[in-house]
Amino acid sequence: MSQKMATREGYGAALAEFGADSRIVVLDADLSKSTKTEVFKKKYPERFINMGIAEGNMMTVAAGLASCGKIVFASSFAMFAAGRAFEQVRNSICYPALNVKIGASHAGITVGEDGASHQTVEDIAIMRALPNMVVISPADSVETKFAVKAAIEYDGPVYLRLGRASVPVIFDENSYQFEIGKGTVLKEGNDLTIIATGIMVEKALEARELLQKEGVQARVINIHTIKPIDSELIVKAAMETGAVVTAEEHSIIGGLGSAVAEVLADKYPVPIKRVGIEDRFGKSGKPNELLEKYGLTAKNIVEKAKESMNMKKK
Amino acid sequence: MKKQEILELRKWAAKIRKHIITEVLHAASGHPGGSLSCTDILTVLYFHEMKVDPKNPRWEDRDRFVLSKGHCSPALYGALAEKGFFPVEDLKSFRHIDSYLEGHPSMKSVPGVDMSTGSLGQGISAAVGMALAGKLDKKDYRVYSILGDGELQEGQVWEAFMAAAHYKLDNLVAFLDYNGLQIDGKITEVLSPEPIEDKLKAFGWKVIRINGHDFVQIIEALNEAGKSKGKPVVIMAETVKGKGVSFMENQAGWHGTAPSQEQAEQAFAEIDAYMSKLEVE
Repeated sequence: MSQKMATREGYGAALAEFGADSRIVVLDADLSKSTKTEVFKKKYPERFINMGIAEGNMMTVAAGLASCGKIVFASSFAMFAAGRAFEQVRNSICYPALNVKIGASHAGITVGEDGASHQTVEDIAIMRALPNMVVISPADSVETKFAVKAAIEYDGPVYLRLGRASVPVIFDENSYQFEIGKGTVLKEGNDLTIIATGIMVEKALEARELLQKEGVQARVINIHTIKPIDSELIVKAAMETGAVVTAEEHSIIGGLGSAVAEVLADKYPVPIKRVGIEDRFGKSGKPNELLEKYGLTAKNIVEKAKESMNMKKK
Repeated sequence: MKKQEILELRKWAAKIRKHIITEVLHAASGHPGGSLSCTDILTVLYFHEMKVDPKNPRWEDRDRFVLSKGHCSPALYGALAEKGFFPVEDLKSFRHIDSYLEGHPSMKSVPGVDMSTGSLGQGISAAVGMALAGKLDKKDYRVYSILGDGELQEGQVWEAFMAAAHYKLDNLVAFLDYNGLQIDGKITEVLSPEPIEDKLKAFGWKVIRINGHDFVQIIEALNEAGKSKGKPVVIMAETVKGKGVSFMENQAGWHGTAPSQEQAEQAFAEIDAYMSKLEVE
């Protein structure tokens, strides 16, 4: 667990590793050094196309390429991929269900010093509202690698949410298994369930340790695919533990917390508390300072976990 | 070019114009004005220029077409039906709840539609993607698109133009349906995209200017476009919105309005009269 790596690094490495298939084409909007698609570019320059600072055009060009049988990875910062180009993603990619993978890096507040204009905390909400879209939010670089591989094998639109900051590698590459739409129980426990995604998975594991010291056995579930969400696993956890806390580096509006609340409201209501960014914009700062300031730490998860458990019907 | 072929093309165009009226009449909605203005271009594309196979709409080596001004689906559907992609009779179901003929072109449901369009400015980008794919795969298929002149107000169009010139997509031909009108009035009064020709040239495209209702000129422009090396080609086709139906011609009000039964009958009568005239030529 000592190794640290950004999920965007995993993305670039995976594109290069699995990029031999001649159908794969990688597009970028002048950010290849940041999104790490330059790793692919170095290995397969003939299948890397720079579309310049024009994200809307890039997404529809990606759709055109996909209509001719290409597996297209279109990369930019999440802000512009999901934000600026939302309507192109909706109408040109999702509506015709074309085989475009959106590699959206620099998601969340851990973008850091660039500040609020570049910190997307709404992308999961808007991307998961789109029919035909698969939304994946990997926890570390290993999971990212397997997510890229699964995205290549899957025929249809995929949104891959990636981060800028180096984060601990929590999965073992040799034993890790990934299936789109399948959550995994990382730790067993029956007092409550912590459901996390992205870089908050590591914080959830840390929170479990803290809770354990107080005699609370928390189950930890990693939801890497926010859409389609693993309802079965979530409902089972709610039944067996009776209380849930969600954790994500995203607005509490519309993200993982909302997706879990929707599932449980429909199928098995239990108390749910959401750890995420309250309804506000980010700001400049170092990633760890921001996580602290915006309430995205293991301690915050522990607090919300206790609140959720206290709401259980006695 | 044989006189007989031109005559045949004029007949196809007249049939497609009747289909347009039929579609919007039965849908009680839709966009006749712009459909009628690009009918002659679509006719030349589907009945003279493009390699397509109605029996195998997804044929890998086919030429591609993207209707960037997607609201003119009645014209595209009329051409596809006449070409044999689906039954002409189905055109009456345009925009109906149980029909596959969506209000705007849907590649998932309509045989022969190569890209879903309707949101202006996006179709030309998709065409750029297809042309790039053709270059990557070293295929000789060509990609055609029709844009509206009002559509040039969308910034994405210029992003697409920049990309097409940068990547030297000489396998791409864009028609500009230059009828001068958009929903709210004249394009020059709503928000002028002029000088269009200068802008297109400045963006690195080869520009050919023609009368978009003259079949000889359309064919010659396409022949010239086919010889372009290293440059995408835009054919600025001066057209008349509502062309072929007297009371719709040059009227912005017919952009997105369906005719009444009576108006439709008058339109059919006018086109029928025109077709009879063709018979004796």
